[in-house]
Amino acid sequence: MEPDLDRMAEIAQGIRRRVLEHTVKNNGGYMSQACSAAELLAACYGGAIRLAEVEAPYEPPPFTQVPAPGLDPISGAVVHGPASPGADRFIISPAHYALVVYAALIETGRLAEHALEQFNADGSTVEMIGAEHSPGFETTTGSLSQALSQAGGIALARKLKGDTGRTWVFLSDGEFQEGQTWEAVQALAHHHVSGVRVIVDVNQAQCDGPMEDVMRIEPVADRLRAFGASVDVVDGHDLTALTQAMDRESDKPHFVLAYTDPARGLPLLEERRPVLHYLRFTSEDERAKYADAYAELAGRSL
Amino acid sequence: MTQQTPVTGDQPAPGELVRRPHLQNFIDWSADKPEVLVLTADLTNSCEVGPWRDTYPERYFSMGMAEQNMMGFAAGLAREGFEPWLHTFAVFLYRRPLDQLLMSVAYPALPVRLIGFLPGVTTPGGVTHQAIDDLAVLRSVPNLTILSTGDATEVESVLDVIHEQPGPVYVRMLRGEMPRLFPQSEPFALSRARELGPDHSAYGSDHVLVLTEGICTEEAMRALPAVRERGVEVRHLHISTLKPFDDPAVLDALAAAGGGVITMENHLRTGGLGSAVAEVMADAGIGNRLVRLGLDDTYAHGASQGHLLAEYGLDAAALVRAVEGLVGQDLAITSEDLTELRVADVHSSAKAEAL
Repeated sequence: MEPDLDRMAEIAQGIRRRVLEHTVKNNGGYMSQACSAAELLAACYGGAIRLAEVEAPYEPPPFTQVPAPGLDPISGAVVHGPASPGADRFIISPAHYALVVYAALIETGRLAEHALEQFNADGSTVEMIGAEHSPGFETTTGSLSQALSQAGGIALARKLKGDTGRTWVFLSDGEFQEGQTWEAVQALAHHHVSGVRVIVDVNQAQCDGPMEDVMRIEPVADRLRAFGASVDVVDGHDLTALTQAMDRESDKPHFVLAYTDPARGLPLLEERRPVLHYLRFTSEDERAKYADAYAELAGRSL
Repeated sequence: MTQQTPVTGDQPAPGELVRRPHLQNFIDWSADKPEVLVLTADLTNSCEVGPWRDTYPERYFSMGMAEQNMMGFAAGLAREGFEPWLHTFAVFLYRRPLDQLLMSVAYPALPVRLIGFLPGVTTPGGVTHQAIDDLAVLRSVPNLTILSTGDATEVESVLDVIHEQPGPVYVRMLRGEMPRLFPQSEPFALSRARELGPDHSAYGSDHVLVLTEGICTEEAMRALPAVRERGVEVRHLHISTLKPFDDPAVLDALAAAGGGVITMENHLRTGGLGSAVAEVMADAGIGNRLVRLGLDDTYAHGASQGHLLAEYGLDAAALVRAVEGLVGQDLAITSEDLTELRVADVHSSAKAEAL
């Protein structure tokens, strides 16, 4: 089935709009991640990943308790529909993208419209840094670079069971600084776990600033190929290129390196460079400027 | 309830040594458990699962020298219904991949089995290979069950106990040549201390209680007959479950031992068996004296097990000294009075390599 690129573009704009609205209202948010990853998550949730359908938007339950042996835990993966051998799975690695993921889930009818009201609220599963009980999250990955290994295990298990569904991982580029990421890639390649497909938000920004200054990771594509993966490099805001790269057949673990702009769709963010990791307003004036930007983006004021 | 070792019956033959009990036992045990997988990190033969790999090649996955990733793969496999058994040296299961163990495995309470070889000073491999702090580190990991084997019977029978746990399990596993101290009819039991020595029911209120884990149990079994011959009433419990540490029989024994309590462990004095005992005594308001034998805020170094046990005060002679300290008398026990030491060759052919 051909991907509906127009629909994906709408989802992407919806992600930016919802995260900006939340950020202005709450004086803080992971805004640059929404700007960089809007098209990526729009593609993932808009049909490029073959997720099972859900009957109705998910009403996130209150947080009850952390996992313990023998308990049946709450899983945020329910928003991806019932697991089955043929359905794709989707695992989010950078858990601080949670706000952006929630926005994508709302835009695609998988999460209740008002769920963001519970974001980072005490007693809520809609956590600021998603854990495996948070909508959209199947694993706990806030300590970065652990998801790819876990997804590797899931995909290896699915291979042993004969599942046809793929296991997708959404990765952030900073995670290539962690040794575990490379351990995972070499293991995926060695054991021919080709069911794993990875989409990377290469926004070249991290907590301390531009990755080029903090710790260079380039040339990522060459390094990945040398480790035994197949790689497509695309403009992460070009939905045509993105969906084609995501759909590419490969007998290797496949990585889509999506180069993105962390200020895309919100030029005002450029004033924040070089540090874009988290947006908290320094003055009411600044907040008002972002409220105006929201009005321009949404066609209505807050 | 503690297990009472029968005075007669199928007692192990004195000095019985068993060679690599885990090797074939694990192969046999796995035969009807297709969900059991083995993951290793370049120590396959060293952890006695080379023949397991050859028997079940489709269930064996070499993960290379990359324990952080191995922990994550195990978590993913466990989420999908498999039961991964990670075989490597204990130090490589909790030092380098501690965050991965905590976040990928223990937080979601997945049934990942961590089979840690070379506990404490059981290796001449020196500081990098000696897991002297595993209990201290891992007792602070929620959801994790922690076990320790003391002989061939426990090495063989701990598999069933591990398999029954719904969450992750770490076990200090002995390898190579080891004694059979406990009858095979008395398998490893979760949270059940093993009562060793003669009947203690007639002991007075000032008797001494000795609690040991792992290879220290054998040392205590060498020392205590001579101590008792001098008229000192000493009860001995072998502890094989470190977490949970909730055997009511242990609490009763701690409360009853008016003459004091001695713990002896193949581990630092900090955070292991002695600390667990101190915690439950304090929680329960038990005011008995407690002597903790263990490595005292020190790393060890590469040398034979016997040498290191003596150097760090973890052998039979050290236990005699500790009892003497508690009862306030010189028991005049010489090395000749101790039950004969079995001498396991450091370079025994029962070991996979010289480490």
